[in-house]
Amino acid sequence: MGKPILIAEDSAVTRAFLVSTLEDMEDFEIIEASTGFEALKQLPRRKFSLIITDINMPDINGLELINFVKNNINYRDIPLIVVTTEGSERDRKKGLALGADEYLVKPIDPEALQEVVMRYLGNSKE
Amino acid sequence: MVGDIPIDEFLGEAEDIVDSLNRDLLAINEAVSKKKKFDPALINNIFRAAHSLKGISGLFGFTELTGLAHTLESLLDRLRLGKVELTDDLLDLLFESADMLRAIVAGKGKGQEAPNARDVDELIERLESGEPRPKETRQDDVMSCVGLDILAVLTEYEEHRLHENIKDGMHIIKIRAAFDLATFDEGLTELQALAKQQGEIITTLPSAEESSEDKITFDLIIGTERPLEVVKESLSGRSLTFTLLREGSRAAASQEEGPAPAREEEGKEENEPGAEEAAAEPKEAPPREAGDAGASLRTISQTVRVDIGKLDNLMNIVGELVIAKNIMTQLIERLRAEMGFTELSIELVKNTRTMERKLSELQSGVLEVRMVPVGQIFDKLHRNVRKLSRELEKEIEFVAEGGDTELDKLIIEDLADPLMHIIRNALDHGIEVKAERIQLGKPAKGLIRLRAFQRGNHVVIEIYDDGAGINYDRIKRKAVEMGFFSASAEPRADELIECLFAPGFSTASKVSEISGRGVGLDVVKQNISALSGAIDVESRQGEGAKFTITLPITLAIIQALIVEAGGQTFAIPLNSVQQGLMIQPREIQTIEGREVIELRGKTLPLLRLDKLFGLTPGGNGGKGSGRKTEAAAGEDTGKDVPADARENGEAEKEGEGREIYVVKVGIADRGLGIIVDRLWGRQDIVIKSVGEVLKGIKGIAGATELGNQRTILVLDVMDLMEEAAVSMFSANK
Repeated sequence: MGKPILIAEDSAVTRAFLVSTLEDMEDFEIIEASTGFEALKQLPRRKFSLIITDINMPDINGLELINFVKNNINYRDIPLIVVTTEGSERDRKKGLALGADEYLVKPIDPEALQEVVMRYLGNSKE
Repeated sequence: MVGDIPIDEFLGEAEDIVDSLNRDLLAINEAVSKKKKFDPALINNIFRAAHSLKGISGLFGFTELTGLAHTLESLLDRLRLGKVELTDDLLDLLFESADMLRAIVAGKGKGQEAPNARDVDELIERLESGEPRPKETRQDDVMSCVGLDILAVLTEYEEHRLHENIKDGMHIIKIRAAFDLATFDEGLTELQALAKQQGEIITTLPSAEESSEDKITFDLIIGTERPLEVVKESLSGRSLTFTLLREGSRAAASQEEGPAPAREEEGKEENEPGAEEAAAEPKEAPPREAGDAGASLRTISQTVRVDIGKLDNLMNIVGELVIAKNIMTQLIERLRAEMGFTELSIELVKNTRTMERKLSELQSGVLEVRMVPVGQIFDKLHRNVRKLSRELEKEIEFVAEGGDTELDKLIIEDLADPLMHIIRNALDHGIEVKAERIQLGKPAKGLIRLRAFQRGNHVVIEIYDDGAGINYDRIKRKAVEMGFFSASAEPRADELIECLFAPGFSTASKVSEISGRGVGLDVVKQNISALSGAIDVESRQGEGAKFTITLPITLAIIQALIVEAGGQTFAIPLNSVQQGLMIQPREIQTIEGREVIELRGKTLPLLRLDKLFGLTPGGNGGKGSGRKTEAAAGEDTGKDVPADARENGEAEKEGEGREIYVVKVGIADRGLGIIVDRLWGRQDIVIKSVGEVLKGIKGIAGATELGNQRTILVLDVMDLMEEAAVSMFSANK
C-alpha cells in the first residue's frame, strides 16, 4: 500500500478528480473525507503523508482544519495543500498564514497538482 | 468525461446543487414576502452552491457555466457579507440565474438543448451591475471581541456574521466542549442543535491545544440575545465551559423574548442546579431537540447517490428471480401431481413459500429505493409559477399539498413538463386578470392548488385553479367544426372534454378561443399515457378547473392478468383491470357500428383483440389443440383473479357454454371491455420494451416472459381505450 493521503472536500466530483489525478502518479492510499468532521476523525487513524483540503466545507471550514493540523504536534509536519475555487484574497492569505504549504486555485491543472504533490512527497521521508 | 469521471457524476451533483439553491431561494422569498427576517445561513448556502458549481464545472471545462456561477458567486459573496442589499429585483435576478444554471446543466445531458450563449452573457452582465454598498470598517470590534487567534481562522463570511452580531448588540459567547475523538460528531451535532436554539452559531472551531490522542475539543462561538447565565442554564448537565467574549447591549429585552421551545428547556432543567461540572459524560441526547444543524449533517453522511441504471439492473435481476420462482412453483405442482404428498414435497412447498415471501420483500425493498417524493417537482413548479405570475402581472397564491407522496424516480422525471403545461394554461388563460376577478366577486389573488396523494397502487395528482374554467360552448363549436359531432348532436360534458385531449384539436384552434384550455393538451395526455397514467378534467364554467392525473406508483414490476385471445397469450396490467365478466353473446348490442354491452345501466364499449391485431378468432376451434396445453402450462395459481372470472375460466375449460369473457379495464372514470377467449390468472411481470418491429403498433406496451419461458405481449390499456375512443368518434361522424 502506498503513502496515505487525506482529501477533505465536499464535492464528490472534485474528490473523484483529485483521486484520479493522484492515482495516475502512483499507488497512494487515498482516504476521502466529505466533511471537515470526517477529516478530523480520519487524522489519528493513519500517519498521513499529505493532506489536501478545500476551504468551503459545510461543518468546519478549511482554515479551521489547517489551524488544527498545524497546531497539533502529531500532525503539524504533514504537508498541507489547499485546493479551492478562487476565493477571497483574505481567506487565501489567512490559509497561508496558518501554515498551509500550498494554495492551488480551481480549476486545477492535473499536472500542476501532480508536480506539487511530487515536491512534498519526494521530500517528506524516504 | 474528465479523467475517470463520467459526465453523469457531474450532472447528478450539479442538479443537486441547483435544486438546493432553488429551495433556499424559495425559503428566502417566502420570508421576504412575509416581511420576516430569514436565517442568514440561507444566503451562505446559496453562495456555497454557486461556489461548488463553479468548482466542478471548471473541472469539466464548461466555461459558460463556470462564468455564470462565478459571477453569481461574487454577487452572493457581497450579499452574504452585507455589501449588497437584498431587494425584490435582486431576488428575481437570483431566481433567473438559478433557472439559467439549470438550463445550462440540462444542456450538458443527453438530448437537451443548451441555452443561447448570448442570453447567458446578458445575464452575467446584469449580475455584474449589482451595485456594491459602501463597505464599513469593522476589523476593530471583531478583533477586540475574539482576539487574533480566533480571527485568524474565521473566513471572511464568519467575520461578517460576527460583526453583524456585535452590531445588533448580541452577547458573544464561547462554549468549549470536549468529546471522544472516535464519536465526536454525534455529540457535537447535538450540541450545535442546542446552541442554535440560543442564537446564531458563528463558527465551530476544533481546538488544537486542548486536544489529545483520543479527545478533541471544540469551541463554538455564538451570538445570542440571552445573557450568559441563561445560556449556561439551558445547556446545563453537560461538561461545557462558557466564556463571555463580549457583553451585548440587549440584555434587558432578552429574558422576556426567548423563543418558546428553549424556555421549556430551561424550565425542565431547573431542578439540576450547578450541574455544569457535575456530569462528566454528556447526558443522553434529547431526540426532540434535533435541530437544523443536526438534520443537515445527517443527510450528508447517511445517504448515497445511486445511478438509476444500477437500480434498473437490480430490478431486472429481481424480475428474473420472480420468473425463476414461477417456474419452481410449477415444478412443485408437477411433483405433487406425480408423487403425491410426500414429506419431501411438503418441505419443498414450505421452503418455497419462505422464498416467495422474502422475494417479495426484496422486490418491494428495491422498489422503495427508486421512490422519490413528488415535492421535488413541486419546488420547481412553484418557482415557475412565481416567475410566470410576475410576467403576466397576476397575483397568484400557490398551494402545494402532499409533497411527500412518493413516486418512481423515472415517472417523476417525466411528470414535470406535463404538470407545468397544465399550470401554465391555468395561469395564462384560466385565471382572470385582477379587475375581472374583483368584478366577478372572486378573491383578487388567483389560486392554484397542487395536491398529491396515494390511492391504492396509484398516485393521484390534482391541479386546481379557481379561474374561468372550461367554456363548453366553444369546445362544442370547435368539435363540430372539426367533424367530431354533427351540428345537431348534443354531446355530454365528458364527451366534450374528451375532445380537448384529441390529437390536433388544439393546434387548429386559436389559443384564446377555448378559454385557453386545450393548448397542447393532446401532448400532455400522450406524456401521461406513456407513463401508463390517465388524465381527467372537471370544470364548471366560471368556477375554475381541476385536472386529475392518475399514475401507477412504479413501472418496473407490475402484476398482470394473463389472457388468451385469437390463439395468442397477452398480459393486461392488473392495475387497470376493474372486473372480469362473463356475458352471453346476445347481450352484445351494436350501436352505431360499435359493439357495446349494458353494464349496471352504463354502456361499456367492447374491443376484440383478435380483430385489432388481425388474429384468427380464437373462441372456436382452439380447443383441444396443442396450443391449449402449452398455454395451460403458463397458468399461475390464479389465487387473486376475481372470483367470477375464475369460475368462468373453469367453466369454459369444461367446454360448457358459449359465454364470452370480458375483462373490464379502465383508468380513472373511463372503461373498456376487452373480449378474450380465456383467462389464465394473475402473475408478476417485468415489462421489457419490444424491438423496433413492434414499436409502431398501437396497443402494445411491451413484452414479458412467462414462467414457462415463453415471451408474450403486454397490452397498453391507455392505447386501447384511445383506439376505442377514436372509433367512437368516427362512428359518430
